[in-house]
Amino acid sequence: MAAMLEMIGGNGWALLGAALAVILAGCGSAYGVGVAGQAACGVVTEDPGKFAQVLILQLLPGTQGIYGLLIAFVALSRYGLLGGAGMELTVAQGLMVLAACLPIGIVGLISARHQGKTAVAAIGIVAKKPDQFGKAMLFPAMVETYAILALLISILALPTI
Amino acid sequence: MAVLQMQRISICAMKKNRKAILERLQELGAMEIDIRLPDDMEYKKKDTSNSKATFEKQAQTADHALEILQEYVPEKTGLLESLNGKPLIDRGQFEKAANGQDNYIETARRIVALDKQIAEQKANIQKLQNQMEALVPWMGLTVPVSYTGTRKTSVLIGTIAGAQGLEDLYGLLAKYAPEADALDIQIISTDKDYTYLAVVCLNRDVQAVEEALRAGGFAKPAQSVNKVPAEYQKELQAEMDEALRQIGALEKEIVDSAGSRQDLRMVSDYYRIRAEKYEILGKLPQTKNTFALSGYVPAYQADKVVREFSEKYDAVVETEQIEEEEVPPVLLKNNSFSESVEGVLASFGLPGKGEMDPTFFTSVFYVFLFGLMLSDAAYGLIVALVCGFVLIKCPRMATNLRKSIKLFFWCGISTLFWGVMFGGYFGDAVDVVSETFFGHKVSIPALWFVPLNDPMRLLLYSMLFGVIHLLTGLALKGYMCIRDGRYMDFLCDCVLWFLLLVGLIGMLLPTDLFAGIAGGPIYFPEALKAAVKWMAIIGAAGIVLMSGRANKNFGIRIALGAYDLYGMTSWLSDVLSYSRLLALGLATGVIASVVNQMGSMGGRSIVGVILYIVVFLIGHTFNLAINLLGAYVHTCRLQYVEFFGKFYEGGGKAFEPFMLKTKYVDIKEEN
Repeated sequence: MAAMLEMIGGNGWALLGAALAVILAGCGSAYGVGVAGQAACGVVTEDPGKFAQVLILQLLPGTQGIYGLLIAFVALSRYGLLGGAGMELTVAQGLMVLAACLPIGIVGLISARHQGKTAVAAIGIVAKKPDQFGKAMLFPAMVETYAILALLISILALPTI
Repeated sequence: MAVLQMQRISICAMKKNRKAILERLQELGAMEIDIRLPDDMEYKKKDTSNSKATFEKQAQTADHALEILQEYVPEKTGLLESLNGKPLIDRGQFEKAANGQDNYIETARRIVALDKQIAEQKANIQKLQNQMEALVPWMGLTVPVSYTGTRKTSVLIGTIAGAQGLEDLYGLLAKYAPEADALDIQIISTDKDYTYLAVVCLNRDVQAVEEALRAGGFAKPAQSVNKVPAEYQKELQAEMDEALRQIGALEKEIVDSAGSRQDLRMVSDYYRIRAEKYEILGKLPQTKNTFALSGYVPAYQADKVVREFSEKYDAVVETEQIEEEEVPPVLLKNNSFSESVEGVLASFGLPGKGEMDPTFFTSVFYVFLFGLMLSDAAYGLIVALVCGFVLIKCPRMATNLRKSIKLFFWCGISTLFWGVMFGGYFGDAVDVVSETFFGHKVSIPALWFVPLNDPMRLLLYSMLFGVIHLLTGLALKGYMCIRDGRYMDFLCDCVLWFLLLVGLIGMLLPTDLFAGIAGGPIYFPEALKAAVKWMAIIGAAGIVLMSGRANKNFGIRIALGAYDLYGMTSWLSDVLSYSRLLALGLATGVIASVVNQMGSMGGRSIVGVILYIVVFLIGHTFNLAINLLGAYVHTCRLQYVEFFGKFYEGGGKAFEPFMLKTKYVDIKEEN
């Protein structure tokens, strides 16, 4: 076990963490924005005037991907992994970075999927009652809270070395 | 910072003044008509639904004509122009258009009819094209497709499935109709599905030959025309040219009538106004010679309305106070800064009956929190400049749009402020540019601190701002209780909670746990420690005892109180929710630095500079857009869920006065 950890090395584990943050959160956002976009297309077919409103709702599940990118970037730049000439992390440090990246990766994936579904429903509100846009926007935003909490922990947990 | 006081005004007047009174009321736009009559009253109402429907239909015809004109003669409007709202029209000019209504509605009908004719011609062309396409394989035929033969011979014209050669066909006939001789088969054309052929045989053989061909999949053409294909095609072509020519003429006529666009708009609005008037007219109770109406008028306009109608129109005008059970419509009045957030408030819900108008507090916190979330000086400056420019350039913008733009202007200023505090100017663009292109690093220091270097500190401040926001909500609830004389509610639902919360925070601050987070211990004198402890205890005990006070049974009362104390957890989650201030603020800064870093990868060269500029423009536009959206959504959420959750329910109905509701033009007020 220890030999396996050693083989990958501290930098490897840290990179894996950064990659997971981007991959998982990005996949979630891609799914969320995707389903919301399909619903938005349906609304625009009927009423092109609602384009701006449904576009905003479609974009809401996109933030998780950005949070993932953010964490990955902070991790890469803090340990000089960006562009190569960086420091050598120990295996323990690398694993800490990996662990710190996991919250936004996993929560990002799941919350973006659910936010996407909520955004689809919110687009339904806008299709039928465009004047309720303010409220429609709020429901997907509620889901995002948990992605923000995960982002927060990921940022705070990234160890200062 | 107030919900305007409404007054009920009732007018009773002679029928001969009805038109004048209604028109003046509509022009004033100060009254929401609301007629309350018991069902069994003996007044008659005039059935105006027919006239109303007629006017609405005419307005629609004019709208439709305008849409058609827009399609054929597109009128380009710039972005600024479209923001600038409806053009202002003199009353005289409007009346002139209204007087010529018959002509203009005729023009509108004509345009609609022309458009219909064009559609018909286009359908006709489609049909002709289909026919010509069907004719193409038969072009080699020198007799009509329906030709059946001469006196002695028969001709079979049709298609056979599959692409077949002459040998196949002769083979087919030899197999199924061996008795037939003197045959001639001509293949007119072949494509991959069919072979088009003409078979000449003697009259006596025709049945056998046809049966033989059918065995091979022979079918006569679906539409047989009594003309030689080549000639027929010419005829069709001529018909098509004629249709095209007609479409051209019709289109020209539509284009020529584009000049009446402005008049059509006015006429459409004229009909819209009349339809509105007739709708109201249909609601009025009337006797043989008199009529009456009643409705809500904002109190500050009431005197003016009463005076004007009783003096000018011989009417009896009465003002009444609003009765207990009535729910008057809501109109807000706020200072020029706070009114910008009215749209945000309205999309949650206007103040319900007896609620205060929270616009002022909402506006202050909205601008403050928005800036904290976006927190980049350059972005803030861009937003403020763009909104300021639009505000100056488009003085006649629709009111609601104007308020929103003004809100973003102030949010931009706030963002600029926080950007300077946190040292964000397009993220770290100054550092990156100076280091990459000029060789030595220059950075603008943050006035306060850089959040990325010290996230815990900003997290604590975020929660502090959150606590202030939430306690303001609680205080507003207390204010409403005192205003309505509900002192018990004030004591139990506000004061006790306040004691508990402040006490708990006071107990948390000097602990080791908090010292670990804040990076340094905070020392409280013993007396203060004891004070906050007792505050918390009194608060908690009070809540357990008093929250269920509506219930007589003591056991249930305590249980309800304990459950209410459990509501503590919702305060905790509310405060934690403000951590999004930190998260979103960091998101702006970090993505901006990602953009800058990517841009600087080209190094110190011409190509590097060009790369940087391109990446900078695209990247920062994207970042600004996505973070503007995020800041907008999450500031709204903090207001709606955390802040309003403490004291505000909404549910009021907006004031909708009887007024000149127009779509295309605004009519200038006469003095």
